[in-house]
Parts: sequence; structure tokens; C-alpha cells
Amino acid sequence: MSKTQIDAPAGIPFIDIEREFDAPRDLVFKAYTDPELLVQWLGPRKYTMTIESWEPYDGGKWRFIHADDDGNAWGFHGVFHGEQTPDGLLQTFEFEGAPGHVSLEKLVLEERDGKTIVRNHAVYQSIEARDAMISSGMEAGMNDGFDRLDELLPKLRQPVA
Amino acid sequence: MQDQLDAVFGALADPTRRAILARLAEGDASVLELTAPFNVSQPAISKHLRVLESAGLISRTRKATARLSHLEADPLRTATEWLVGYREYWEESHERLDALLAALQVKNSERNP
Repeated sequence: MSKTQIDAPAGIPFIDIEREFDAPRDLVFKAYTDPELLVQWLGPRKYTMTIESWEPYDGGKWRFIHADDDGNAWGFHGVFHGEQTPDGLLQTFEFEGAPGHVSLEKLVLEERDGKTIVRNHAVYQSIEARDAMISSGMEAGMNDGFDRLDELLPKLRQPVA
Repeated sequence: MQDQLDAVFGALADPTRRAILARLAEGDASVLELTAPFNVSQPAISKHLRVLESAGLISRTRKATARLSHLEADPLRTATEWLVGYREYWEESHERLDALLAALQVKNSERNP
């Protein structure tokens, strides 16, 4: 079973992610707020991450880019709102591949017995936007369309004859 | 590029359109052939095809009297490289964070024995 729990409830445009880390809360908080640490873990290893800005204070901007070896690049940006503390990091989030589909993300860190539980609550503008983001057939236990799309995708990754 | 990705996202949001793409992955098909498996009228399927076409996900050619739809894989591949990876994205990020946090704690304990 995966340690990372992703929940995309049916009927409301949320994504909730929960994960426990074997480290004290202050250190986990630092890993999320210090760009020199963030760049070392955010995103799959196959992507090169470039952080253009990461300003975790009220009104501070953030933008980063994930790039793969084939020249594809995906940009993301947003703004931090309010004081950023382990009790709440609040930011907007926009995937530049889908401009205008801005979500609001709140991260809360809770320390328990020397471990830290990280919860991220994301609110999208519509269920469609949420579903497009997460490709969430499995999480929401909904239609089999996504399952079929999943079957389709490995074929698409092959060079098209 | 961004407009196209936006259109691709919109097109993929609908389960019937995703199913149409899955069907077209098996080969080109006419509107009639695409209508058969779905509990949807032919004009509704035609409307879905127009959305898919304007997103660049399919192209349409005329063969005799039938108009065949053809899957265009490239835009879908670009858009879904990220989409489909949502779960993997977070699982792998969190595993990397596990490793980083462990390394940082080793460093801290070496500094303060």
C-alpha cells in the first residue's frame, strides 16, 4: 500500500493528500519552504526542476518548471497568502498548461510522536478542473473512461507508425 | 501551445470523449461506428467529435460517403504525460522527501552528538 493517500471525493472539487514523514515538524516545514531543499525532492527524478521564485510570505510569488530530457517542460506558478507557518501554508496553484484553472492549496503539518503528518487540501473551481488535474478515475471510483484512457496511453507513448 | 493544452484538458474532461479516443486508438472509425457503442445520439457524437477536432486530438477525412475520424496522438501525449502522472508525481516526490529528511537528520545528529 502506498504511504501517500490521495482522495478526490465525488461531487466536490477537492483533492486531499496525506502523508506521514519520519522527521520533526520544523524540519519538514523547512523542506517545503527553503527552495534549496525543495528543489531536491519535488517532482519525479526524471524531471529537472528549476525554481524561478519561491517566496513563502504574504503576497510572495512562486514559480517552478519541470523539464524532461525530450525538451518537454511544464510550468507552475502561484502566490502565497498570509503568514506561512507549520500550522498553515496557503497558496494559489496554477498549471501553466491549463491557464485559469487556479486552485487554492492549504498545507498543514502536524507533529505526532516525533513524526509529522502533512495534509494538503486543494480546492478547484470545478469538479471538471479537479478531474482533469488528477485524472482521477481510480481515486473517485467513477467512470471507466479513465481506465480505458490508461490502457490507451502506453500505446500512445510508442512512436506512431 | 497553452491554448491547445487548455483545449485538450477541456476535451478530456468528458467520459464519452475519452471513450471515443480509446475506440480510435484501435483504428479510424465513422460517426456511425462511433455512435453504436454509446447510449448517445449521432448528433451528440458529432458534437463531441467537433470538440476533439478543435482540440487537435483527432483529424477527419472523407472516404467515399463516410467521414472517418483519426486519433492524433501527439497533443494527448503531451498533455497526459503530466496528467496521468499525478499520483506517481506525489508518491515519488514524497519518497524523495523521506530520503532528504533522513539525510538532514543524520547531518544534524553529527553536528550535535
